[in-house]
Amino acid sequence: MTKPAVLEAIAVSHLFDVSRPFLQRMFTREPRRMLRAVDDVSFEIAPGTTFALVGESGCGKSTIARLAVGLYEPSDGDILFENQPLSSARAQPGLRRRMNMIFQDPYASLNPRWRVSDIVAEPIRAFAIATRPNEVHARVGTLLAQVGLTIRDGEKYPHEFSGGQRQRISIARALASEPDFLVCDEPTSALDVSVQAQILNLMRDLQKRLGLTYLFISHNLAVVRHMADRLGVMYLGRIVEQGPAEAIFRTPRHPYTRLLLDAIPDLEQVGRARTPVGGELPSPIAPPPGCAFHPRCPLANDRCRVEKPAHTMAGAVQVACHAVEEGRDG
Amino acid sequence: MALLDVVDLTVEFPTRRGVLRALDRVSFSIDAGEILGVVGESGAGKSLTGAAIVGLLERPGRIAGGQILFEGKRIDTLSAEPLRRIRGRRIGMIFQDPLTTLNPLYTIGRQLTETMQTHMRLSDSEARAKAIGWLDRVGIPAAAHRIDAYPHEFSGGQRQRVVIALALCADPVLVIADEPTTALDVSIQAQIITLLKDLTRDHGTAVMLITHDMGVIAETADRVAVMYAGRIAEIGPVAAVIRHPAHPYSDGLMASIPSLEHRVDRLRQIDGAMPRLDAIPNGCRFNPRCPRVFDRCTTEQPELLDAGATRAACWLHAHD
Repeated sequence: MTKPAVLEAIAVSHLFDVSRPFLQRMFTREPRRMLRAVDDVSFEIAPGTTFALVGESGCGKSTIARLAVGLYEPSDGDILFENQPLSSARAQPGLRRRMNMIFQDPYASLNPRWRVSDIVAEPIRAFAIATRPNEVHARVGTLLAQVGLTIRDGEKYPHEFSGGQRQRISIARALASEPDFLVCDEPTSALDVSVQAQILNLMRDLQKRLGLTYLFISHNLAVVRHMADRLGVMYLGRIVEQGPAEAIFRTPRHPYTRLLLDAIPDLEQVGRARTPVGGELPSPIAPPPGCAFHPRCPLANDRCRVEKPAHTMAGAVQVACHAVEEGRDG
Repeated sequence: MALLDVVDLTVEFPTRRGVLRALDRVSFSIDAGEILGVVGESGAGKSLTGAAIVGLLERPGRIAGGQILFEGKRIDTLSAEPLRRIRGRRIGMIFQDPLTTLNPLYTIGRQLTETMQTHMRLSDSEARAKAIGWLDRVGIPAAAHRIDAYPHEFSGGQRQRVVIALALCADPVLVIADEPTTALDVSIQAQIITLLKDLTRDHGTAVMLITHDMGVIAETADRVAVMYAGRIAEIGPVAAVIRHPAHPYSDGLMASIPSLEHRVDRLRQIDGAMPRLDAIPNGCRFNPRCPRVFDRCTTEQPELLDAGATRAACWLHAHD
């Protein structure tokens, strides 16, 4: 038998209460309103691989990131970390140590009043990985070297670094607790492209060297293509297509995946004329009935307007689309 | 004669610790009906170039040298009032965030008619009819009805459509678009870029398209200027700059962009970061990061030199 998945999500849903305040609801006789940010999402991530989630704003990808490290509890369904429910992580600090997160904004995620060496040392002390000051110092030095910084940079404060270097500090801190699983929520979206390349290369080097498993979240399909082994495409809280990244990029099946791939301006298509798909993202508070994508979908018919499509296998790829299932996607 | 001619434009910011030179002798031109892309990383000076042209530099920034010629006349020396008449009438502007461009207290119809009536002789009913026509053209559904709505009643993509209508409604000959799609999702971004491209082509409007997204430039622009640390590193036809970049910086920039077509094991990266304005290196500004640096680069600053199909500020192309 193969090794168990590092992370497994089984039919996970997450709801946010977006109701107005209680009194106001009493006066206006409004019901409670729930926003279904994540709706029946299942996936698993094999050890040492990268699973990427891609989608536009409001599709629920960052909510999944928070669910995956236990910052939110799922409203429904289970998240397992190496076959153990994540909800038990509070009882097992050992489980918590093995996962960490890298955030989008390297300006907001580092404490401006702490020296870099203290920022990186905090998880080492918190999880008692090393306790003697010179051991901690040595560990910090190794971690900074791993991300291309020096121990002397540890004496500085975050504001003395550029965006790319700050993201290196975030990565060093994330690695400090010696985790095997990292959730990376848009780690390069705030960076310029030449710096983005540095960080993406670093993340792949570290993955190879340390055998890390990544849940990689991004809205940028080209970045995802560079990083992902497996890929999930999200639309309004649901994964509409998931499978091996190569297969999806080679032959995207779901109409939304096709739209996304077609919408991206690409360097290799100088002066291309295009016919963009119209329509905008519907509000996640009141998603359209049936398939949430049907108002923008060129293949939508009556069934799509009323019946939510189930996940079905199309080759190696799982797709939630009536048109693909019925073979009318051409 | 070019529509816009920028010659040796220099912008400085006096600070307590001395004068920072944010733009250093930037020269380029835009022909009528042409789309010039301006690309570069944050802090390279692309937005500053756009702001300087329309006289909207934020204090204490000031134009310290050079000329800006618009339709053959200098506009950098104009006082506020005549410049304001050019801005809006002859030069339209689109900014990144549609919320800051639109006045939240006025209906979009009022903002459109006011803009047109400021610059053109139109009766109220003519202006209103034209405004509805523009909303329709930029793809706002039920324009005759939506014209009396306020900005907050539109989605982000629709607001940017309204901003495009505002920029184009006085029939300008040049539009300066600063990151017009950066705040939008990719599927909306594609709609807005197509719209901007189609409308400006139909009206023969020239566009200066400022963005950090090389993909948007590749699809939209005729020529592109690559900026680095306050100077133009390379300028030329968009296909040439993308496929055969002559400056090592543009070369590195193109190679560091992950591709959708194929996956590589490692992206090519440019080590280091762009210098801060108070620590600009001697000679070529790119020399500390340049893989092809040689002696001359560290002492002498290169000007734009002929480099095949493009012009590049790089000593590799010197033939003296």
